[in-house]
Amino acid sequence: MCTTCGCGGDGATLDGHAHAHEAAPLRPGRRRVSLEQNLLAKNDTLAAQIRARCAAHGWFMLNLVSSPGSGKTTLLEATIRRLQGRVPVVVIEGDQQTSQDADRIKAAGAPAVQINTGKGCHLDAHMVGHALDVLAPPVGAVVMVENVGNLVCPAAFDLGEAHKVVILSVTEGEDKPLKYPDMFAAADLLLLNKVDLLPYLRFDVEQCLAFARRVNPGIEVLRVSAQSGEGLEAWIAWIEARRLAPQQA
Amino acid sequence: MHELAILEGMIQGIQEEAQARGFSRVLQVRLEVGRLSGAEVAALRFGFDVATQDTVVEGAELEIIEVPGSGLCHACGAEVEIEARFDLCPACGDGFVTVTGGTELRIKDIDVEEG
Repeated sequence: MCTTCGCGGDGATLDGHAHAHEAAPLRPGRRRVSLEQNLLAKNDTLAAQIRARCAAHGWFMLNLVSSPGSGKTTLLEATIRRLQGRVPVVVIEGDQQTSQDADRIKAAGAPAVQINTGKGCHLDAHMVGHALDVLAPPVGAVVMVENVGNLVCPAAFDLGEAHKVVILSVTEGEDKPLKYPDMFAAADLLLLNKVDLLPYLRFDVEQCLAFARRVNPGIEVLRVSAQSGEGLEAWIAWIEARRLAPQQA
Repeated sequence: MHELAILEGMIQGIQEEAQARGFSRVLQVRLEVGRLSGAEVAALRFGFDVATQDTVVEGAELEIIEVPGSGLCHACGAEVEIEARFDLCPACGDGFVTVTGGTELRIKDIDVEEG
């Protein structure tokens, strides 16, 4: 975008009105300091520290992301019940307001800490680091982070997780992967939730998965229903297999 | 998205540099923002003045260098420019493209007042 007139950012072009973006000569009285610094550097540094803590304690952290209403919390409740007695699970809940989700998770049998982001639209590594201090998960625990319901912002903030898992419910549109490509590009696994409702909906599963693979050719997919239990064993098996796989520190 | 959080990260990074290198006023900030970075240039611009108030960056000019998206086509092997992550290869028309550039989101350099 042109800093003189502000044009160009919307992709509009005008013949004869061009802007070169080579470095302008320094004006007198100025010194140029080259930084080449990533704008998310602070978050990324904290995320790397969390990743190292996870490696040191054998924690397996998943960052669950989705739009509001996709069934994340219900899926987590079902997941906790199935993992009970097999592996310790702790949960970090992110919402703008209320502790309702953490209360539900605790009722399902897992220690949980609620982060209220207030006006914030995503969790960041700083918040998650402090949540881990509070939770002090046992060695080998599965740490589930339920991010703020939002398919946009959480994509950019690394929390130090082993994998981002995006949950898309079939009551949403099949075009979500194209509308929110950054999130589907950042995720390693897509959980297609509420598949028990498919008989009542006009949701084209194959089209949806084709869109997801267009954004992220390597994305894994599991079809689940937290309500009916369909596909949950495959999801639990995915967690068990990945949990034991060597993690990058 | 969260452009304010990004700007806060920018200010923090610059303030740390200000302490380390001993400058107290920033006259210009140049950011590199990739087309596929997820950050909206207009929103960065909109939030800049408010976010930088009462910091060493207050009053600085903001210059944004937009970096086009680029990728490698799985089908034909061409290196191509893309507008969005899910663009099919503009060269062959039907290949998936792996993103290779345009995700930058960084401070390139800053101009500071000679002290």
